[in-house]
Amino acid sequence: MSVDMNQFHTVFFEESQEHLQTMEELLLNISTDDPDAEELNSIFRAAHSIKGGSGIFGFDALTGLTHVMETILDKARNHELDLTTDIVDVLLATTDTLGDILQAYQDESEINWQQIEEGKAALESVLSAEGDESTNAELPPAADTTEDDDSFGFFDDAPGQPEAEMAEEDDDGFGFFDDAPGQPQQATDSDEEDDGFGFFDDAPGQPEAEAAAAETGHDDNDGSFGFFTEPKPAQPIKDEDAYGFFEQEKSSATPAAKAPAKAAKSPAKPPAKAATKNDAGSIRVETTKIDTVVNLVGEMVITQSILSMIGEDVEGNTGEKLNGAIGELSRNIREIQEAVMSMRMIPVSFVFNRFPRLVRDLAKTLDKKIDLIIEGGETEVDKSMIEKLADPLTHLVRNSLDHGIEPLEKRLAAGKPETGTVVLKAEQRGGNILISIQDDGGGLNRDKILEKALSNGLDVDPKMPDEEVWQLIFAPGFSTADAVTDVSGRGVGMDVVRKNIEAIQGGIDIVSVAGQGSTFTIKLPLTLAIIDGMCVSVGSETYIIPLLNIIESLQPKPEQIKTLANDTMLWSRDQYWPLISLREQMQIDEPGKPIENSIIVLVEIGKKRYGIIVDQLLGKQQVVIKSLERHYKKVEGISGATIMGDGKVAMIIDVDNLMKNEQINQVGLA
Amino acid sequence: MNTVSSQDAAIAATGGASKEYLTFMLGEEQYGLAIIQVKEIRGYEPVTKIANAPDFIKGVINLRGDIVPIIDLRVKFNVSEATYNEFTIVIMLNVQDRIVGIVVDSVSDVINVTEDEIHPPPEFGVAFDSRYLDGLASVDDGLVILVNIERLITSREIGIFDSMNQQNEGSV
Repeated sequence: MSVDMNQFHTVFFEESQEHLQTMEELLLNISTDDPDAEELNSIFRAAHSIKGGSGIFGFDALTGLTHVMETILDKARNHELDLTTDIVDVLLATTDTLGDILQAYQDESEINWQQIEEGKAALESVLSAEGDESTNAELPPAADTTEDDDSFGFFDDAPGQPEAEMAEEDDDGFGFFDDAPGQPQQATDSDEEDDGFGFFDDAPGQPEAEAAAAETGHDDNDGSFGFFTEPKPAQPIKDEDAYGFFEQEKSSATPAAKAPAKAAKSPAKPPAKAATKNDAGSIRVETTKIDTVVNLVGEMVITQSILSMIGEDVEGNTGEKLNGAIGELSRNIREIQEAVMSMRMIPVSFVFNRFPRLVRDLAKTLDKKIDLIIEGGETEVDKSMIEKLADPLTHLVRNSLDHGIEPLEKRLAAGKPETGTVVLKAEQRGGNILISIQDDGGGLNRDKILEKALSNGLDVDPKMPDEEVWQLIFAPGFSTADAVTDVSGRGVGMDVVRKNIEAIQGGIDIVSVAGQGSTFTIKLPLTLAIIDGMCVSVGSETYIIPLLNIIESLQPKPEQIKTLANDTMLWSRDQYWPLISLREQMQIDEPGKPIENSIIVLVEIGKKRYGIIVDQLLGKQQVVIKSLERHYKKVEGISGATIMGDGKVAMIIDVDNLMKNEQINQVGLA
Repeated sequence: MNTVSSQDAAIAATGGASKEYLTFMLGEEQYGLAIIQVKEIRGYEPVTKIANAPDFIKGVINLRGDIVPIIDLRVKFNVSEATYNEFTIVIMLNVQDRIVGIVVDSVSDVINVTEDEIHPPPEFGVAFDSRYLDGLASVDDGLVILVNIERLITSREIGIFDSMNQQNEGSV
């Protein structure tokens, strides 16, 4: 049984996570002047779904907070509360808190009740601020609540017997009872009530619930709402026009036809809508299951290519038929492969979606005005990469905001609009995904970078081309920010950014124009499971060098080869390249060819540049990366293995580790 | 993967349960290993060499998508001339959640050995260090040396399991 519950918990956590995300997105986009009713409804529904689920599973910390949140949203939705930026801020902060609580429940760690109480207090202050205003304005004798049209009663943890049938015939009556003791609110009758709202949170006992339902419901009611979190209402149905939202007894609440359409629709819908959303043509599948299919399809590809090799040997009529069938098979397999790969792909908006919030908050902290434009969020990227993209992207966006976009005065002085623009864009180009972060700020400061590089003891040349200067900022401990701020400037970061991106087989380019801004472009392969490789041969062995690292392949002329001490170097592209023999590195016994007859593959990774001597280039190929460590262990200079078309294993060269730093430095010094 | 140890425990509990061993030839000697660890038996196929590996690690092969190392026990223990032809046999083993292939001269039989039939291993005269042996068993056509293959494969001597796994060595 407990296992079963855990399963439900997982689903609840996942769904709540999604609801929180939806809430955040919507809150960020909502216009405070003219909030879109449907958007407010969606936010309300999300909060409501979390509340409902948490109530069922007994995650009380969530229930309480979402309940107050729901109250605010409901009022906003009914035009009884004007949204302000401050309120949206509080709501956003609440989604954060909810996220934290959710995480705590998920990790089964300690719940930070203080945080919850603070969050609740913040929310309640929004409510009471609004409430005071209205009450004072329109309802001086609040005790005599006759002839109200809208009455609100907030009973929070009200002990005793709060009679719910309050505030009839008021025009706008707000009663806020927080921990109201004793016996509050004795409302008269409800004959003329237009909108009666009673919010009962954990209201103990039964009578009040029943009473609320009973008494609020009279013929003239247009809509009365009672929100009972955990009520035990006896007969709420008695009242045709009353709305009771009973978390656990929904069925007993009958919405009436007379209800204001908008209000009726939204609270009643959450469960239904949540359900349809999940049923809408998608199912949750464990990633491992998809990975298994990916692997199996990889096997099929290999078997198929073995088949076609055999097919070539078969002659005559049978051979023709066989080859035809094999051709058909290979087309099908390729389609299956593509389909399976696409299952692993998720839209890059999964990471992008966090940025509107981040930019909003950060802009506030930095006191800058910044517009974030997101393009190409629908571009699909391998799931495993998405996870690893989040950190570097966050760092780059923060950088753009902090260092890229200039302070207000500076922008105005430069004749730029005071609002800076950061464009976050994703697109697929060929076999790559390009993700760029572009700002219209001041651009990178060439002199400052060079100066800093010099003082950091980096090897720089004042005449270096721009793109090389920009790459310097990826050096460890590099930051040109004058002041270390909360946001950035500690110089730990850009090197980590590059490392993270290289870890997912990507690269990063910078284009920067002084005064006009800079663009950081991350180039990623479509998937981590497959890389574009150059197949090279040494003796009878085949190796794969990742195409990403290759600058150029060439057959050296004798005059390009220089020998210094024991090291051989190649003069090319205006520099000496240290060389490494793959034959020696991989300990291949078969004798090699003289260097002039070999091929040199010039590679680059990070700051390392060197040449790999191989016998032949066999051609470009996409290869599926297989782990060597799964059944064996890490091999120096090898990043993994792959299975070639003939079923044989080929090693993939780890360009970063094939040649040791010492070796390169030695050559460099020589 | 403590199938072996749990089985050992089962044997200890019953005091004489039998265990199935796959017997194979290395040079002139007949060896046996617990069949529960055998994944499959296949013919030798060309391997892809691994740089910086000892000579008894022949390389890796593609076993239906898994990159699996192949160890030639004949080379490791210097027992017979290592020739590779269509009759050369590779026993694919499941060891601690990994797959490892070992090259032997031939496989002969599956035998049932009860606890009582196992004699302590000799201190000498066997290619393997005695700590990799379960003991000796006599069968119809002579002696079978029972190898604790898991302990052997995960040993530092073979060196294909990293140090974390080697720590488990004692517990096997």
